[in-house]
Amino acid sequence: MSAEFDITETLDVKGASCPMPVVKTKSATDDLAEGEVLEVLATDPGSMSDIDGWASGTDGVELVDQEEGDDVYKHYVRKTE
Amino acid sequence: MSTDTPDASADDTPSRAELAARVDELEDALAEATSEDDAKKMSIIATKGTLDMAYPPLILASTAAAFGYDVTVFHTFWGLDILHEERSKNLKLSSVGNPNMPVPNAVAALPGMDRVTTKMMEKKIEDNDTASIEELLETSLDMGVKFQACQMTIDLMDYDEDDFYDGVTTGVGAATALQDMADADIQLLV
Repeated sequence: MSAEFDITETLDVKGASCPMPVVKTKSATDDLAEGEVLEVLATDPGSMSDIDGWASGTDGVELVDQEEGDDVYKHYVRKTE
Repeated sequence: MSTDTPDASADDTPSRAELAARVDELEDALAEATSEDDAKKMSIIATKGTLDMAYPPLILASTAAAFGYDVTVFHTFWGLDILHEERSKNLKLSSVGNPNMPVPNAVAALPGMDRVTTKMMEKKIEDNDTASIEELLETSLDMGVKFQACQMTIDLMDYDEDDFYDGVTTGVGAATALQDMADADIQLLV
């Protein structure tokens, strides 16, 4: 899947729980340029639903992929504007 | 449809120019109504100052700010303690009145029990890497959440305006909160 997009930045929020993964993801995407992709590494299982919900409810970002690895949840968010 | 009806030529029918002017007028009004605030708004009233009840308004406020909402949290009565720089670091969990607590109310009411349950909760918060109240408050402030402290209850509780975190608005009352709620897409009382 990394063939589909290049990761610009990686945000590590492992250990953090609600609402921090979403809040920090939002702050990190603010620093991206249009088209760039942020990788978010989280251990909070709620981040799967929360980052998806945040991305669909927020203008200017798009969730391009989510992966459930061993104890780490990976999210890929593209800035669209 | 292909023939003119008698009504079409009646005197009270607006002319094309009048209709065009009216359309322009309505378009202007619509633009004004929608341009000013396209951001969604959330208005929360925070009335509680126990450790457990301090979390929901701050979690929702910071999350809504992450969604791009304009957020205002109006704090009144014990909700003021969340904004109080010193008291916010020592919020307590009540051991009585909550049947889900592991101790019976008769025991929970003993002196010092609130301190015990608060310590237990603080340990859980720390072990779970849950953000502290102070961290959530400062994150929310950074994200542009507006925190207001009700003037009437500041006076009633004998607090000083300088006791609150920097960035907290004082000198506001119910009318400010009501106006804010009237403009908001989401209104919550916690």
